[in-house]
Amino acid sequence: MKRVYVNEEWCLGCHLCEYNCAFANSGMKDMVTALKDKPIFPRIHVEGDEKISYAVSCRHCTDPICVKSCIAGAISKNDGVVEIDQSKCVGCLTCVLVCPVGALAPSESGIMQKCELCLKNSCGEPACAKGCPNNAIVYEERGEAE
Amino acid sequence: MKQYVIIGNGVAAVGCIEGIRSVDKDGKITVVSEEKHAVYGRPLISYYLENKTDLEHINYRPADFYEKNGCEVIYGKKAVKIDSEKKSVTLDDKTVLSYDSVCVATGSSPFVPPFEGLDTVEKKFSFMTLDDTLALESAIDENSKVLIVGAGLIGLKCAEGLHFRVAEITVCDLADRVLSSILDNECAEIMQNHLEQNGIKFMLNDSAEKFSKNTAFMKSGKTVEFDVLVLAVGVRANVSLASALGASVNRGIVVDERMQTTVSNVYSAGDCTEGNDISCDEKRVLALLPNAYMQGFTAGANMGGGDKVFDNAIPMNSIGFFGLHVMTAGSYDGEMFEEKTENKLKRLFTKDNCLKGFILIGDTERVGIYTSLIREKTPLDSIDFETLKKVATYTAFSAKTRRKKFGGVV
Repeated sequence: MKRVYVNEEWCLGCHLCEYNCAFANSGMKDMVTALKDKPIFPRIHVEGDEKISYAVSCRHCTDPICVKSCIAGAISKNDGVVEIDQSKCVGCLTCVLVCPVGALAPSESGIMQKCELCLKNSCGEPACAKGCPNNAIVYEERGEAE
Repeated sequence: MKQYVIIGNGVAAVGCIEGIRSVDKDGKITVVSEEKHAVYGRPLISYYLENKTDLEHINYRPADFYEKNGCEVIYGKKAVKIDSEKKSVTLDDKTVLSYDSVCVATGSSPFVPPFEGLDTVEKKFSFMTLDDTLALESAIDENSKVLIVGAGLIGLKCAEGLHFRVAEITVCDLADRVLSSILDNECAEIMQNHLEQNGIKFMLNDSAEKFSKNTAFMKSGKTVEFDVLVLAVGVRANVSLASALGASVNRGIVVDERMQTTVSNVYSAGDCTEGNDISCDEKRVLALLPNAYMQGFTAGANMGGGDKVFDNAIPMNSIGFFGLHVMTAGSYDGEMFEEKTENKLKRLFTKDNCLKGFILIGDTERVGIYTSLIREKTPLDSIDFETLKKVATYTAFSAKTRRKKFGGVV
């Protein structure tokens, strides 16, 4: 299946993916209204040092430990996508404790949110990859299918 | 068609069901559930009191879970005997269930010390089950004074859950600090101060010695008046079925990496078992939800004819009180790296070129990177641990590792 992959040698560290993610998941029609002068809570974040930068988001692991660890049974994997039912999440952060790549961070309210590949928002495909100016984030097939 | 019996209906049982179904789509699964509820997230009971979840959302799996997985659930009955010769389980209503393999997922029960005068206390509760929680909820009102015996994870989550619904909460414990099973003195003090700022009162190094109706007489000679008493002293693994069968039992049921007990075709998973903590290579009861699921899944996969091991269990906890989160994992053994600021604390413990454990209070960003170093026993000289100590980030790993994680299927 298609997933979000990162080509770190192409990442400019511009953080545009974070803004595109926050906007795509805001449910709003206008990016300026959605994001201007507000703290943003994207589901992807850019890490790096003076030499390298790259974006980190959910890897939708083959054997996701967050799904097994969620105390509320709020996280499940459906058709290859690791999804969270926010109405069940109580914000205990156990998923943050176990995510091996550090991809998860809570939303503004403290309830968890995560990358669901923009398949359910108006973008319809990962906004981070769609808007990446240097193809450092791509949405494609790599490796074996599930 | 194989017949499976699962004794217990908690998270380990769900893991077991999903494990069986990962290899055997057809076998008959019977679940014996002493509690009259479909499986729920047990640690969510305090969040229920706090109105952060409700009876609909507390369910751990969707309503059609058992049906979809072809399980029959027998509610309100208790397994009283396993016969490994006849390969059968007998219930308290004399029903006999035959099995090809059985999983003992009986969990743990509250340990209630024999307090003098406890029988004179009218409103007293444990805090382990949804029924305990509903009974406790119906006993409190906004004028209630609550005494909680036990300042561990269960007692303190109960305190947080009740906090905005009652007038006063006092927590006592024989230990000299809160959360003594997971925190050292200094870390415990940070959490205690935070809880006190939120209105919880403590009597540590002290505990109830006897009760008379609404009064607790403490070891120190003090007395505490209360309306509602919660007993959260500790838990004991439910091992009696397994020990009666002749299976090897210590503080929990002994299992191997495939979750098999010492008796053939009898598996065990969850809080009733003793797992191998790889952060210190010791056998101990790891009464943690993720552990229960992973043990259950492993047991199920093997019961169904697969071959799976679970060999990287560690203790790990993520727990928050009134907005302040604490995360702990592994063992606090070896050399300590520490970073401290107001209400934030990080302690990492390293030994033999591996991260062995940590305590983090306040700042919990990307902590899972540390957790996986412990679970995977990553050699610290293969990464830039000096960077990683300060910030949990993949820049501290080699480009090759990073490209595999973020550019490949993991």
